[in-house]
Amino acid sequence: MLNTLTIHEILGKLERHECRSEEVVRSVLDAIRREDPRLHGYLTVDEADALARAREADAARDKGGKGKLLGIPLAVKDVLNVKGQPCTCGSKILKGYVAPYDATAIARLRAEGAVFLGRTNMDEFAMGSSTENSAYGITRNPWKSDCVPGGSSGGSAAVVAADEAIAALGSDTGGSVRQPASFCGCVGLKPTYGWISRYGLTAYASSLDQIGPLTKDVRDAALLLQIMAGLDPSDSSTVPVPVPDYSAALKPDLKGMVLGLPREYFVGGLHPDVERRVEEAIAVCRKLGAETVEVSLPHTRDAIATYYIIAPAEASANLSRFDGVRYGFRAAGAEDPIDLYKKTRAEGFGPEVKRRIILGTYVLSSGYYDAFYLRAQKVRTLIRRDFESAFQKCNAILSPVAPTPAYRIGEKSADPMQMYLGDIFTVPVNLAGICGMSVPCGFSSDNLPIGLQVVGPALGEEAILRVGFAYEQATDWRRHRPRGES
Amino acid sequence: MADDKTQSAKTMDVRYVANLARLNLTDGEVEQFQSQLDNIVGHFNQLRALDVDGVEPMAHATLIQNVFREDQVRPGLNRDEVLKNAPEHSTDLIMVPTIVE
Repeated sequence: MLNTLTIHEILGKLERHECRSEEVVRSVLDAIRREDPRLHGYLTVDEADALARAREADAARDKGGKGKLLGIPLAVKDVLNVKGQPCTCGSKILKGYVAPYDATAIARLRAEGAVFLGRTNMDEFAMGSSTENSAYGITRNPWKSDCVPGGSSGGSAAVVAADEAIAALGSDTGGSVRQPASFCGCVGLKPTYGWISRYGLTAYASSLDQIGPLTKDVRDAALLLQIMAGLDPSDSSTVPVPVPDYSAALKPDLKGMVLGLPREYFVGGLHPDVERRVEEAIAVCRKLGAETVEVSLPHTRDAIATYYIIAPAEASANLSRFDGVRYGFRAAGAEDPIDLYKKTRAEGFGPEVKRRIILGTYVLSSGYYDAFYLRAQKVRTLIRRDFESAFQKCNAILSPVAPTPAYRIGEKSADPMQMYLGDIFTVPVNLAGICGMSVPCGFSSDNLPIGLQVVGPALGEEAILRVGFAYEQATDWRRHRPRGES
Repeated sequence: MADDKTQSAKTMDVRYVANLARLNLTDGEVEQFQSQLDNIVGHFNQLRALDVDGVEPMAHATLIQNVFREDQVRPGLNRDEVLKNAPEHSTDLIMVPTIVE
């Protein structure tokens, strides 16, 4: 079953001539045909193109080609532009849109020989935590069909967990890579802001958005980060720092590491199974040689309000480009351009996107800017300072990813505020611009995956990869697979 | 909440804000969003309790400041491919409703 393997395992087999890329792609396509009618992780799969690219990769390998991902099929969240493929962002307003160029992250993976086989489902414009906000239907959790896969990169997490992909890409603005990784039991990495170019990533909230990999293990996350990270002239927020060799950071122990445990994260509201699994994971890290220390992030309770002011404010500006003029959907019967904008946006956007556009417009509007937006920006500074002082005392911070395991489809969709509160442990990381990763740390009593969050300082990816890798190697959670119940 | 007076005195004028955002709403949407958005904005009021005097606002999380580059001509997107994505176009123009009579 080649589709169940990791990137590095398949690369080993390809190099030893134990398999061909075409067989890998066929095995993934078979899994998609078997599983995806039930899960709906993919929006589109281009079988013919994927097979053709796999054969090209095999031919290149026969001639001595050496790409770091030569012939490895990847799934891509429908928010990243891949030349010649649809990019709808899970929205009706981009129905029929075909990307005319590659995002920088995609171009770098393509240059190493990756094959982009399909587009994964997501909350519309990455706004949501359950993938229930897609205009193209819900995605189901591979571990339990009546549960959500998390979101907004729920399609990517579900297809990796169900072995319908070797690995996938997502985007994380407030937890959208880490939380679905936690809900589906895979590894999800959100790099430091400015570490992976956002060129070709359709913008939700530009000061928070980062692309990140969803993978079956930590080594694969390191491998994809290695290729995608680093300065890009097309995104002036990228950092001009050389990319370290992340494989060198993957050590089997945690000797000399100090891990911070935020006092504010382990109080009330945590699901008892989440609390238990995270406590057990902390004990494993201690056994691996890490020292633990209590740290304080006093503004944690203000992060949700801060995020849901800043992110919608930026979204309201970013999404003004969807007006029915240059691309995507256009409403019929408009009398003048203003009428065209209003009708197109009314028919093209779903309810959560409309809510956030209105919210963002409101907090930026005259009379409310100072009270909401400016104040939130100041609180954002306080949140960043919390992390800066915490990282004076530790190399990385351990916490839950989400307060609960995956919940039932429809359970939280009627009350947006309930949904937002689930982002409490992930949004502070985006607000501070630092890095975080979700690593599987066990299961709830009803067999739903739970993730451990490892948070590092700006450009602290080596530290969080080291912690994640050592923990993962000391446990065997990554070998558990959903049984395909229905 | 710290400031009940401010909170109760202000409910969002949803239709007015939606118009600023160039978004038509149905009566049903206005009704649904009104309570949801007022509830969300109510949570925002917790930030009023914080002392932020003298704190610098954080507009972004970048590790760098200004970035300069040479103003060099680079190839743009292919016009035909761009027009393929336009909802309505003529040979080489995107069509919109009449702006000036």
